[in-house]
Amino acid sequence: MTDPQIVEEQSSAESSSSKTVTLRMAKFNPEHDSGTQFVNFQVSYERWTTVLDAILDVKKHLDHSVAVRYSCRQASCGSCGMKINGRPRLACFTKISELNSDVITVEPMNNYPIVRDLVVDLERMFDTHKEMKPFIIREDSEITTNTKEFLQTPEQVEEYIQFANCIKCGLCNSACPTMATDSSFLGPQALTQAYRYVADNRDKGKNERLKIIDDSHGIWRCHFAGSCSQVCPKGVDPAMGIQMLRGHLLGFKK
Amino acid sequence: MKRNENKEGIKGMANPGRYGIERVSYWLMRITGLGLLAYFIGHIYETSSILSGKAAWDSMLELTQTTQGHVFLTLVIGMCVFHTANGMRLMFAHGGIGVGKPTRPDYPYLPNSQNMKNKLCIYASIGIAALAMMYGLSVLFGE
Repeated sequence: MTDPQIVEEQSSAESSSSKTVTLRMAKFNPEHDSGTQFVNFQVSYERWTTVLDAILDVKKHLDHSVAVRYSCRQASCGSCGMKINGRPRLACFTKISELNSDVITVEPMNNYPIVRDLVVDLERMFDTHKEMKPFIIREDSEITTNTKEFLQTPEQVEEYIQFANCIKCGLCNSACPTMATDSSFLGPQALTQAYRYVADNRDKGKNERLKIIDDSHGIWRCHFAGSCSQVCPKGVDPAMGIQMLRGHLLGFKK
Repeated sequence: MKRNENKEGIKGMANPGRYGIERVSYWLMRITGLGLLAYFIGHIYETSSILSGKAAWDSMLELTQTTQGHVFLTLVIGMCVFHTANGMRLMFAHGGIGVGKPTRPDYPYLPNSQNMKNKLCIYASIGIAALAMMYGLSVLFGE
């Protein structure tokens, strides 16, 4: 016999204020398509429905061929970055209700090669990230004998902890106007990670990193448009990190 | 095989409204920079006409005495003032001055680098440029 409590809950869910929105989705397979096509899907949503929920709803019920990358569904893994209504966002962190629009356009992020539909290739971002030597550089180590852990005061931690929140979702690189035109630019993600380690008082690799970023396609190509900071879903503020880093190069900061 | 990098290109700059006043300021800075470069080249061409004698110089000067010439010079005043004022803000910001201090971010994650000081400086640059253009218009069309 069906539990009356559960039946009641189900019926109340059905009668809740579910609305409908048009999900306009970019479809493109570089292997056989000449250009991007947009396909419209009608999806119902609740106040709490995220764009990722809607895409997965389409994938499950309307078009199984939709390519989308996701994992954690809680803005921790950085997998589901895409352009939503013209702005790079995490699909799992964007509620349909907050977009205030009857049409939700989802496209792959700009400035990355398209793998298929909404999935982009983040390989270059990871390459530039590695180029910044994203680890503490110093001769001694916390794990060798006769050494202790490298203690830091809360103030010393505050100097870099904001920039350590980066989840490598790539939204900043997608919003950056320099990345839009310069394929060789290191990008806000990599430059901010360089600053994350330069600002860490345990690190001794400042000069090595400054040498890498002091390039015509490096830090000098940032013009402080600030769009990277506006789209960052973790509050990293890459624009601040990059200007601080440039302050080190110019001698304003020690 | 060459892969489509899906770059936004120049059209990404042509729509600055998506990212707030900072992106508008970036866009204006680029446009005014290019405009001033074009003016500089035109200015050299104009002043070099004196090498062809007084008549050539006078006919070149007449171009700036027309309504279109006055409007063009007013635009140059606006571009010059905005580029200078906003450029001063950017010179400090590029050295890490006035972009805020790193903190532990709290939701809704308002970036410190896009602080009110910077926004005010951008609005002030636009305002001063508008005032300078109005003054230029009053001088050029005044008499």
